[in-house]
Amino acid sequence: MQITTPNFKENATRALGDAALQKALKNVEIGFIAKRLAAADALPEFEALRDNARDIKNHTLAHLDLYLEEYEKKVIASGGHVHFAETAEDARAIILDICRKRNAKTVTKGKSMITEEIELNDFLEKNGITPVETDLGEYIIQLRGETPSHIIAPAVHLNKDQVEADFRRVHTHLPPERDLSQHEALLNEARQVLRQRYFEADVGITGANFLIAETGSSVIVTNEGNGDLTQTLGKCHVVVASLEKLVPTLNDCAQILRVLARSATGQDMSVYTTFSTGPKRADDPDGPEEYHVVLLDNGRTAMLGTEFQDMLRCIRCGACMNHCPVYHAVGGHAYGAVYPGPMGAVLTPSLSGIEVGGHLPNASTFCGRCESVCPMRIPLPKMMRHWREREFEKHLTPSAARYGLKFWAFFAKRPKLYRAAVSVVMPLLSVLGGTSRRISSLPLAGGWTKHREMPAPEGKTFLQAWAEKQAREGGR
Amino acid sequence: MSARDNILGRVRRSLGVSGGDAQRRAAVVSRLAEAKSGLIPARGQLPREERIEVFAKYAEKYGATIARVGSIEHLPQEVSRYLKSNNLPASIRMGEDPLLKDARFESEPMLTVISGASDGTDVAGVSHARGAVAESGTLVLASGPNNPVTINFLPEHHIVAVRAADVGASLEEAFAGITATYGKGEMPRTVNFVTGPSRSGDIEQKIIMGAHGPRALHIVIIG
Repeated sequence: MQITTPNFKENATRALGDAALQKALKNVEIGFIAKRLAAADALPEFEALRDNARDIKNHTLAHLDLYLEEYEKKVIASGGHVHFAETAEDARAIILDICRKRNAKTVTKGKSMITEEIELNDFLEKNGITPVETDLGEYIIQLRGETPSHIIAPAVHLNKDQVEADFRRVHTHLPPERDLSQHEALLNEARQVLRQRYFEADVGITGANFLIAETGSSVIVTNEGNGDLTQTLGKCHVVVASLEKLVPTLNDCAQILRVLARSATGQDMSVYTTFSTGPKRADDPDGPEEYHVVLLDNGRTAMLGTEFQDMLRCIRCGACMNHCPVYHAVGGHAYGAVYPGPMGAVLTPSLSGIEVGGHLPNASTFCGRCESVCPMRIPLPKMMRHWREREFEKHLTPSAARYGLKFWAFFAKRPKLYRAAVSVVMPLLSVLGGTSRRISSLPLAGGWTKHREMPAPEGKTFLQAWAEKQAREGGR
Repeated sequence: MSARDNILGRVRRSLGVSGGDAQRRAAVVSRLAEAKSGLIPARGQLPREERIEVFAKYAEKYGATIARVGSIEHLPQEVSRYLKSNNLPASIRMGEDPLLKDARFESEPMLTVISGASDGTDVAGVSHARGAVAESGTLVLASGPNNPVTINFLPEHHIVAVRAADVGASLEEAFAGITATYGKGEMPRTVNFVTGPSRSGDIEQKIIMGAHGPRALHIVIIG
């Protein structure tokens, strides 16, 4: 995709003025938050499971080289193939090679953010192979030529009417007078259109929620069943996964499964949690003849051993963006990168470089909700702060912000001067507030007051008010 | 240097470790060998009869319907009843699973049984789940010569038989069962954990049943 992260401000302004998007985004706020809370509250052990999930991934990351070796051995022993890909380009070339060897014309795809990261669809098309997204949301955005705006709800930025218009535009073989006014009708139509595609596919590509070293299995967690049809009916199953998807054992996987669906959609378990190990066995009546796993690095090994290592615990549940006020306001596309929301704000600069993604960590109010709901207890605000510091050190911060910070720092380091200055400015601002007690325009802060009014201060500084309170109460 | 060696080398450099460190290797080997169970929630540690109740409660919460019959010979009758009450044709797709064979579907002469993998035209499929997980209302289905995976996903209606004795309490119990059957670290090609019928919330977050998999899941508990 075209990375437009450096234009976050423009993207956000456009998103705020987009009425259809704003209507669609309400569904994120209403749906996800209450469901997660109900699911977490219904399981007394939920917080302890979060601790265990964190510890399992920390242990795995600290021994990642060894678990990769063990995992590889098991995949090979079960008749599968493991391919290591250092970059997105390498991964694309490996996948194309597998497709070519099977003379593939059509590839079905289960939902996979990693294939978005490596921009697989465009590449396959350019090489004469048709990729067919089969997840309903992914199918819709593929028809529109868009990228996902959410990691688990890719079409969350759209309304039903928009989907209907797309289906009418593309499914021209169906009677134009058909009724598509209901959600059910849209789903049924997609189900019918895609059903045949699974059987035609030469290769089925899925992502993985987990890779299990103990058994050499890949695991997908879904609700629709499209990923299962993709990996069962395709003659060759290709799993594309990043290195950090590894967990040691099935029992470790169980710990994380208990927090994954609850954090994502508020389910106790997603409808389908499927473990795939190798190709079909000799006497199996169905299943793929070949099984390949493409393990992608693409910048992740460089995060190990740094303050961003914790980010590799991420299990892509989407809870951080579901709870993010910035995401609620502007949606996923404004971030201009593959991964939106708080996890994207941390991951994008890591994967694409600070020059490209360094702006995103500013798209945060530091309210801390993301960290409070993250099932893997990833300290997202802290890591965004690390990026902001690096951005400042690298002189990538805009000059107005730099001078503003320097100006503030000058006073902040001189408390007496700071207090004196503040005690002059506060009464002044108080007067500016007039009877409405709101300030609608401020010199040097026009960008801020353009969209909202600043509440006028009461006329005293905090320290003055504190001192008076202490005096009233007799001091201590 | 291969991509594999480069990646493993980078992992080791970033972590500041060496691949030959015996202590690290021992930690990994023992973790994989012991494969210890973590925290099992209280609702995943129930006694046998309570498990079935809790399993049914969660399976129903996620949209499955439940029937319980005394023994496997009653399965064909229950399947016929289900098809009739849903106005479905009297035809099912089924694998050659031994438990399902024991059910003797010949007892329902009006019912057509087609065996083998599903070709996508079946209205109803019947499977045998090797286990179930009470804590989340989940069925555990394993692929094999007599258990096609396609039956779990292609028919519009999925009817699943599970023996009451096989209803376990927790995910860990389900994994232990698989290990007992296939061996430590070994798995069949596909293990499906199924919790309710297929659904999607991808349009305006409104949950609609029957996305790509079955629109309905009917669980028959045997015994």
